Amino acid sequence: MGRAFRYGDNVDTDVVIPARYLTTTDEKELAAHALEDLDATFVERVSVGDIVVAGKNFGCGSSREHAPIAIRGTGVAGVVASSFARIFFRNAINTGLPIIECPEAVAGISEGDEVTIDAEAGIVRNETTGEEFKGEHLPEFVMDIVRAGGLVEWVKSKGAS
Amino acid sequence: MGSTITQKILARAAGRDEVGAGEIVTCKVDLAMANDVTAPSAADAFRRMGVPDVWDRSKIALVASHFVPAKDIATAKLMTRMRQFAMEYDIEHFFEVGRGGIEHILLPEEALTLPGQVVIGADSHSCTYGALGCFSTGVGSTDLAAVWATGEIWLKVPETMKIVYTGVPGDWVMGKDLILSVIGRIGDDGASYMAMEHTGEGIRHLSMDSRLTLTNMAIEAGAKSGIVPPDETTLDYVRTRQEIMGRPNDFEVLASDDDAHFARVIEVDLNDVEPMIAQPSLPSLSIPVSTVERRKVDQVFIGSCTNARIEDLRMAAHVLGDDRIAPGVRLMVIPATQRVWKQANDEGLLQRFADAGASVSTPTCGACLGAHMGVVGPGEVCVSTSNRNYVGRMGDPTAQVYLANPAVAMAAAVVGEIVHPDEVRNAPTSLDPAVTA
Repeated sequence: MGRAFRYGDNVDTDVVIPARYLTTTDEKELAAHALEDLDATFVERVSVGDIVVAGKNFGCGSSREHAPIAIRGTGVAGVVASSFARIFFRNAINTGLPIIECPEAVAGISEGDEVTIDAEAGIVRNETTGEEFKGEHLPEFVMDIVRAGGLVEWVKSKGAS
Repeated sequence: MGSTITQKILARAAGRDEVGAGEIVTCKVDLAMANDVTAPSAADAFRRMGVPDVWDRSKIALVASHFVPAKDIATAKLMTRMRQFAMEYDIEHFFEVGRGGIEHILLPEEALTLPGQVVIGADSHSCTYGALGCFSTGVGSTDLAAVWATGEIWLKVPETMKIVYTGVPGDWVMGKDLILSVIGRIGDDGASYMAMEHTGEGIRHLSMDSRLTLTNMAIEAGAKSGIVPPDETTLDYVRTRQEIMGRPNDFEVLASDDDAHFARVIEVDLNDVEPMIAQPSLPSLSIPVSTVERRKVDQVFIGSCTNARIEDLRMAAHVLGDDRIAPGVRLMVIPATQRVWKQANDEGLLQRFADAGASVSTPTCGACLGAHMGVVGPGEVCVSTSNRNYVGRMGDPTAQVYLANPAVAMAAAVVGEIVHPDEVRNAPTSLDPAVTA
């Protein structure tokens, strides 16, 4: 369970991790600047298990995989959004950042609410209000990659078979 | 029911007769590209995948484009990681600083992206290559590493949004104005997960350079890909580049069937499109330049994978004429590739920009993503020919960035304010140097 950090529509990957920090690929270094240009105090306020909740088109823009890695590096348990931009969606799956697409949950969660998520089942619970939401189910093909532990492991397992 | 050009390309690459929108298919890839920002992570992921070698060293392109020339020690190290991977796996198409440029302009010049192909790039603007009639999309580093390992990628077959152009483009109207106009209509996620197919009689009036701008910004509408079905202009360009590069590879020219299914059809009468400008801080906040609030500018940037080809520089030079850059404004001109730089030099354009007081630099993505070579400071106003004006994209989060075509950008540099290019110069009748010389 964690607290919800609420943001709006079109959170682009330039604000998730500005290009000036793409000089590294280290998760902890990237995490120190996660969402910096959107919410300068996010990194100091966020705790392990917290949830990022945002509107539509989350992660639009640049294909930088540094974006889901930076968010994951802060200890955030996952991102719940009304919709995800497609490259970010793939990058999150590939790098193991849990994401759930669920406009109803986004509408039903306020800043600071206590939230739990089960990304594999696509379930979002607002513990503060007691409401439960069912998000978009991932295609079976994509779930295989998630279950394998990300794309690197998935490719490895295919190579072995 | 018939198929779209995108469905046909993906079906062929998946070894199928046909594929339906929404299906997940595994496709063979013809070219897999990464740059100095995405290649280092892709190389790490590739090594972790535990395969002995890349699937095909002749189908991988590595391009030094973003933090080049290296801006500091950290970015020099990123370049070293890419260079080492290129050497270790004997990658055929590795483009060093000074021998390449911005990948989305470079690879078509190199005749490495061809009609009918599936091109995957670890850069969001990889959708650009679709102007040549291929399926092309951007992915992250791990996805790209998987292509290097297997030669394949999983894709959800996209629905297609068809944009039908009629009429003839008016004064100052370039590919940039068409795509800004479309994004203004449909929104920043208006084509989410879709292929944007640009078609209709009006497309014939667009040069290859302008078409590459059209498909370049598909991602700014959330699209998976942009595509222009090949016509004579495409084939002339591709064959010329193949001949020059000595790469006479086969390619396949496809088109959408008349009875193909389109998720949405938009009509654009080119006679109605004016030069556009996207206001801070979303590409969808685009309006005709004739209606934008006049505003003093601090910086003008003419460059990026969107608008730094020869046509763009010729247009900028036309607007500049024999004027000088306005006091209080700095102008950065960054040709997209070494080839464009040399051609602009041969045509005397670079000299003209420099004489006018512009900073003219070696090819790099730098300024577009706020990396270096033109980062904007707090509260500054910038007119840029690039593709994104998101908060903080070009530098400080309080900077205000406007997106426009090179004519509008140069007009701002000459006047020192955002103005319609009519205020500065008469529109050119042609951008062919033989005509304008």
